[in-house]
Amino acid sequence: MTTLTPVLSAHWHEADSFTLAGYERGGGYRALRMALNRQPQDLTTMVKDAGLRGRGGAGFPAGMKWGFVPKDNPNPKYLVVNADESEPGTCKDIPLMLATPHTLVEGTIIAAYAIGANTAFIYVRGEVLHVIRRLQQAVADAYEAGYLGKDILGTAYDLDIIVHAGAGAYICGEETALLDSLEGRRGQPRLRPPFPAVAGLYASPTVVNNVETIASVPAIVANGVDWFRSMGSEKSPGFTLYSLSGHVTHPGQYEAPLGITLRELLDMAGGVREGHELKFWTPGGSSTPILTAEHLDVPLDYEGIAEAGSMLGTKALQIFDDTTCVVRAVLRWVEFYKHESCGKCTPCREGFWWLVQIMERMEAGDGTDADLEKLLDLSDNIAGRSFCALADGGVAPITSSLEYFRDEYLAHFENGGCPFDPAASVLFGQGFAHRVVEA
Amino acid sequence: MTITSDNAGGAVEEQKLITLTIDGIEISVPEGTLLIRAAEQVGIEIPRFCDHPLLEPAGACRQCLVEIADDGRGRGMPKPQASCTMTVMPGMVVRTQVTSPVARKAQEGIMEFLLINHPLDCPVCDKGGECPLQNQAMTAGRGESRYEGRKRTYAKPIAISSQVLLDRERCVLCARCTRFSNEIAGDPFIEMLDRGALQQVGIYEDEPFESYFSGNTIQICPVGALTSTAYRFRSRPFDLVSSPSIAEHDSSGAAIRVDHRRGTVMRRLSGEDAEVNEEWISDKDRFAFRYAMQKDRLRHPLVRDENTGELVTASWPEAISIAARRLARARDDAGAAVITGGRLTLEDAYAYSKFARLALHTNDVDFRSRVHSEEEAAFLAGVAGSGLGVTYADIETAPAVLLAGLEVEEEAPTIFLRLRKGARKQGTKVFSLAPFATPGLTKLNGMLIPCAPGAEAAALSDDHVQSTADSAGQMNMITEMRAALGQPGAVILVGERLAGVPGGYTAALALANETGASLAWVPRRAGDRAAVEAGLLPNVLPGARPADSAEARVDLGVAWGSEAIPVLAGRDTNGIVAALGDGSLGGLLVGGVHLADLPDPAAARTALEHAAADPDVCVVSLEMRSSDITEFADVVLPVAPVVEKAGTFMNWEGRERAFENAFGDTGSNPDGRILSMIAREMGVPIPATPHALRAEFGQVGRWDGEPVAPPEVAPAGTAAAAGEGPEAAAGQAILATWRMMLDDGRMQDGDEDLARTARRPVARLSAATATRCGVAESEQVAVTTDAGSITLPLEITDMVDDVVWLPMFSPGSHVHEMLRAGAGDLVTVRPGGDAR
Repeated sequence: MTTLTPVLSAHWHEADSFTLAGYERGGGYRALRMALNRQPQDLTTMVKDAGLRGRGGAGFPAGMKWGFVPKDNPNPKYLVVNADESEPGTCKDIPLMLATPHTLVEGTIIAAYAIGANTAFIYVRGEVLHVIRRLQQAVADAYEAGYLGKDILGTAYDLDIIVHAGAGAYICGEETALLDSLEGRRGQPRLRPPFPAVAGLYASPTVVNNVETIASVPAIVANGVDWFRSMGSEKSPGFTLYSLSGHVTHPGQYEAPLGITLRELLDMAGGVREGHELKFWTPGGSSTPILTAEHLDVPLDYEGIAEAGSMLGTKALQIFDDTTCVVRAVLRWVEFYKHESCGKCTPCREGFWWLVQIMERMEAGDGTDADLEKLLDLSDNIAGRSFCALADGGVAPITSSLEYFRDEYLAHFENGGCPFDPAASVLFGQGFAHRVVEA
Repeated sequence: MTITSDNAGGAVEEQKLITLTIDGIEISVPEGTLLIRAAEQVGIEIPRFCDHPLLEPAGACRQCLVEIADDGRGRGMPKPQASCTMTVMPGMVVRTQVTSPVARKAQEGIMEFLLINHPLDCPVCDKGGECPLQNQAMTAGRGESRYEGRKRTYAKPIAISSQVLLDRERCVLCARCTRFSNEIAGDPFIEMLDRGALQQVGIYEDEPFESYFSGNTIQICPVGALTSTAYRFRSRPFDLVSSPSIAEHDSSGAAIRVDHRRGTVMRRLSGEDAEVNEEWISDKDRFAFRYAMQKDRLRHPLVRDENTGELVTASWPEAISIAARRLARARDDAGAAVITGGRLTLEDAYAYSKFARLALHTNDVDFRSRVHSEEEAAFLAGVAGSGLGVTYADIETAPAVLLAGLEVEEEAPTIFLRLRKGARKQGTKVFSLAPFATPGLTKLNGMLIPCAPGAEAAALSDDHVQSTADSAGQMNMITEMRAALGQPGAVILVGERLAGVPGGYTAALALANETGASLAWVPRRAGDRAAVEAGLLPNVLPGARPADSAEARVDLGVAWGSEAIPVLAGRDTNGIVAALGDGSLGGLLVGGVHLADLPDPAAARTALEHAAADPDVCVVSLEMRSSDITEFADVVLPVAPVVEKAGTFMNWEGRERAFENAFGDTGSNPDGRILSMIAREMGVPIPATPHALRAEFGQVGRWDGEPVAPPEVAPAGTAAAAGEGPEAAAGQAILATWRMMLDDGRMQDGDEDLARTARRPVARLSAATATRCGVAESEQVAVTTDAGSITLPLEITDMVDDVVWLPMFSPGSHVHEMLRAGAGDLVTVRPGGDAR
């Protein structure tokens, strides 16, 4: 039986966890002092050895990314923290920044030092104003305490952190679109190569890492590689935040070693909504193909989920019980991708415009068998044909739901409409749902 | 196969070739070649929209997807790849739509997506018939649409400038237009707005798409989303006859395509010439062509009736006969002179030159209807016969380029685009001697060496640098500029404005000698260089023969079979006008001169009035449209516009740009043919056709004897800068002025939409000078001389103090006419609030 391993979330229950005093009381900024006493390349090696993989979804080894920064490039180097958390279902970075923003600040300083950056940016989703304010306060407090600015802790290392608010586009979570947005341009993905490590922000070497990745660094520095590798698996070592939401008794953040199963997590979370069965779930947000109850024992690590035909993504476990209409859920997601498609490339821009219209017909019961084939064919013409991964994620709910729930699609047009009661799936209590129906 | 190219250092290096296989065909291409280009080389056309060889790869439309069966490392790629962004790798195996079902399906899928929101406008769309979307939908699309949904609709079209219209429904969002504007023109006035399927091209309302190059976006638009107001709904591509031609608006020699129907030009497009204008032309080259269709176009000869004094229509034989008789009498009496504008082809210029020397026995001949000097004539004598000198390729790869008295974006837009390409891609360092940094210079990332008008020669001249540089800053810039020009491949480009600066050309030649930089003269007009070659100068005979050299005259006489090559030194335009005014000239042959261009139009008008009043003085004018010379002329002979004749423009490089007539016989005659007819009456043989004229000019050949001595004029001291020379008294400033690309020029007549994209005429002063003169930003400022006044709104500009800049010939600002002043003259500057 796997147990929880609260590291990032260890102090979230404390009333002043977000303050500098509260953070330091729990050992905060101890790792920074240790890190600044080491050579920058040692830190990169350490993160490499720890096997820390990017927590933003793709799981790319963070240490390797840092190692790509060319040493001989005369331009300044930049660290950019991707805090543009916008994936439907994903809700780990925002609580982390709200509860313990200093973890991120400390991790940012260590990472910036490791790659030789004197300026770091934290690009925060613009909608979460309260988080931005808390982060800004934390950065200000860190300057005040001498953790930022000139000659940090007397080591002659200088670093400025700039907290930048996004303007509300999902695509800006894609690292190159984020860089364009940060430069003041339209947020649309860039052509690669060149990769950001060579020519990123202002055409200079840039490392872009997710909030959780960077926030995990101080713990690795403080406790060592072996400690980190004692958790998780060989290829997916360490702890991570699993975000449970939807039809689950106790939704929230569950910090556990990589490789824990959904069955274990659901046990800790009080199970699926009382009186209902698990129908389907996403392992890592809406862009990862859905899984079903048959995957309850799949290890939630990069390899395990891939083997099951999906992706670990952001470990945003959205739980849907038997009251949920899968067609309706998929339509909502596809509507999201249509709204968030940046417009740069044809298949994504035009494809979701079309898919939404077909899915709407499906839900209304006006679909046909031919429409199902068309859905799959259009999905095939979008996935892997687009400029960036947004569209691949966008068609994942369609193709995976058709794989597991084709009959439910058919039931919609046999039934002449949705066979489900949408009110039954809502989360805020039967009483409210009844009131809606009566009104 | 080995491909060599000059790299930035000037050394020739062998480019590495990469061998790969495309659809089973092995091919070797230079390293860095994109797959889509490599496929073209084996004859496989991969469909595409966003891809354009002169734009940076975008990978946006995804139409060009291909299968990579082997990425060169023994692995296939799981997803189809955009062939417009992927470069070749050794051993790569690529399968296009020709052999790969995956690529074929991917392309069909993209085409289907592109069409779902595309309106069925084809029957009424300007692009129908020449539309890449239409064509590729036929080759790469499905027979029937599977789309059953709602199409995205917009109000259409919307004007993004007065001459470019945007139909957002038709747009496939390939971003060619926005990328062109950003990358090539440097005018990022259009950009993508919104997102997803609602993404659209748009403008910032306060800054419409007023780029001198906006028309290129219409041409490269792969659908009918961008259309021009001038051409919209005028014609179908398959009804048009296309004739290749050369643009006549500047000395660039840009290749164009003239599309016409039943004798009327419907539109003009850029031609393709990698060595000259690549695929781009200015909006003036594209949209300014209705000047030849104006109501004042002359179709018949006119002769002044001796009794009524009115011009009456005459037959060609009658008019030719009178012109010949009158000119012969003038020649034998007080003498006759020739002035031409700068718009002649090499053939026509040669005919004028021969006519002047043999029929009129004079060296009183000059093509310069603008500010000019004796020093310039000596300088131009050195340009004559120099052949192909500095080229576009040279300026693109030059490490440094100095612009002296030349605003390239306004005067030579094709050079501007090449320089910008060089500055962007090779880091060409551009320097400019001017009173302020123009937007053009800013777009070249150039460095301004601030210079009051008149101070350019001193800035160019080594001897005077120490004494006249007005600040350490300017000194440093000049030092940097001289060092940069010392690099191999550096170029100095001098413009016609330098003719108004005593010592300017002398100093430029010296600078070129000292630094080793190449020097090129960039005239403003299409015919200027050919005029120099043909000897339309008082001091130069055809083929660069010095007029004052007996040997050269004999040499020419042999070629012409005549012993009558005139010996007397000739006068330049100013001298000819003065002689006409004081009655010491008996006749004047004018070839397309606009009085307002002359340094002193009022003096010229007075001289012409004098000539008209004197029955013994004759004025013969060869012109296309009725002009301000017409009213003074005794004989008016209509000449053919460019589209109605064949000929050769010689561009600033010295490159011959031959063109044939776009139309069949319209009954109009080129200048050369008319001169040939007059000359025949006078007993002088001049070939009649352009081809015969060109052949004879070739036979006359180039002088290989002693050339005309280069000018030696001491550089003028700086004016206000050094506190010497014409001191700007209270309320005075030194006038700076040059022509804008779009202004009141007669060859832009009739193209109102184009005119509306011209820069708003403003007067420019530095903040300090404005304060001294008591005027504030946006207020009206009056610039005054004894002759008159020009009132324009003030734009405070970061520029040299004590200088006021005016556009030379823009609406409300005809400097030569209204002020009788030119660059470097002192003018009075005061508030002009009540002038409007």
